[in-house]
Amino acid sequence: MIPLEHVIGLSAILFAIGTIGALTRRNLIVILMSIELMLNAANLAFIGFARAWGQHDGHVFVLMVIVVAACEVAVGLGIVISLFRNRESVNVEDVSLLKW
Amino acid sequence: MTAQAFFFYFAAALAVISALGMVLNVRNTVAAAMSLVVTMIALAVVYVVLEAHLVAALQIMVYAGAIVVVFLFVVMLLNLRSDAFSAPRQRLLKAAGGLLALGITASFLALIPTALPAVQELPEGFGGYRAVGLELFTRFVLAFEVSSLLLLAAMVGAVVLAKRRID
Repeated sequence: MIPLEHVIGLSAILFAIGTIGALTRRNLIVILMSIELMLNAANLAFIGFARAWGQHDGHVFVLMVIVVAACEVAVGLGIVISLFRNRESVNVEDVSLLKW
Repeated sequence: MTAQAFFFYFAAALAVISALGMVLNVRNTVAAAMSLVVTMIALAVVYVVLEAHLVAALQIMVYAGAIVVVFLFVVMLLNLRSDAFSAPRQRLLKAAGGLLALGITASFLALIPTALPAVQELPEGFGGYRAVGLELFTRFVLAFEVSSLLLLAAMVGAVVLAKRRID
C-alpha cells in the first residue's frame, strides 16, 4: 500500500518543477507545457486523496480539470499562433507591453 | 516490496526525471514535448496504482494522445529556430526563479501534515467507468453539462484567435 504522504510529496515535487518552468523559461509554448504539468500535479493530489478516502469525488474533479486543461491549451496555442503571425516570435520578452 | 509499490516508485521517478527534462531542455521544443508525453504516461501508471482506472485511460487518451499532439502541431507549424533563451543577463533571473521554486517545494513538503487519514479499504469496482460514471451523471451532472459549454466556447475561441482573417 502506498502511503498518502508519498503521493502528495510526488505531487508537490511535480508542481514545483512546473513552477520552475513557468518562471524561468521564455518560450511561450514551454510555459504552457509547464502549466499543464502543474495541473497534472494537482490532479495527482486529487486522485491520492480520492484513494485514501475511498470516494469518487476526486475522480470527477480530475475529469473537470482535464476538460479545462484541454480548453486552455486550445485557446493558448491559438494565441501563440496569432502572436507568431504578428511578431515572428514566441518569446515572452517580446510581448511585455502590458508589463509594469 | 510489493508490485504496487514497485510500479509507484518507478513511475514516480520516471515522471520527475522527464518533467525535469522538459523544463531544463532549452534547445529543442519538440524534445520537451516528448518529455511531457513520458511524464503523462508515467502519471497514468501512478493513477492505475491508485485504483483510478478510468482517469488513467483518459489521461493517456486526452493528455498523451490529444493535448501533446496539439503542442507538437503548433511547434512544427511555427518552424521555430533553436531558441537561444539563455541570454547572459537572464542568468540572475533564472537563479532567482529556481531558488523561489525550491522554496515552494520545501514549504509544500514541510506543509504535508503527518496526520493524514489512513488509506481505507475500497469497495468493489472503485475507480472503474461504472462507478465514476454514476457519480458523474447523477451528483455532478450540472458540472458535466457546463463543461460541454466550456469546450464549445474554447473551440470557437481557438478558431477565432488562430484564423488569419475573420470575414
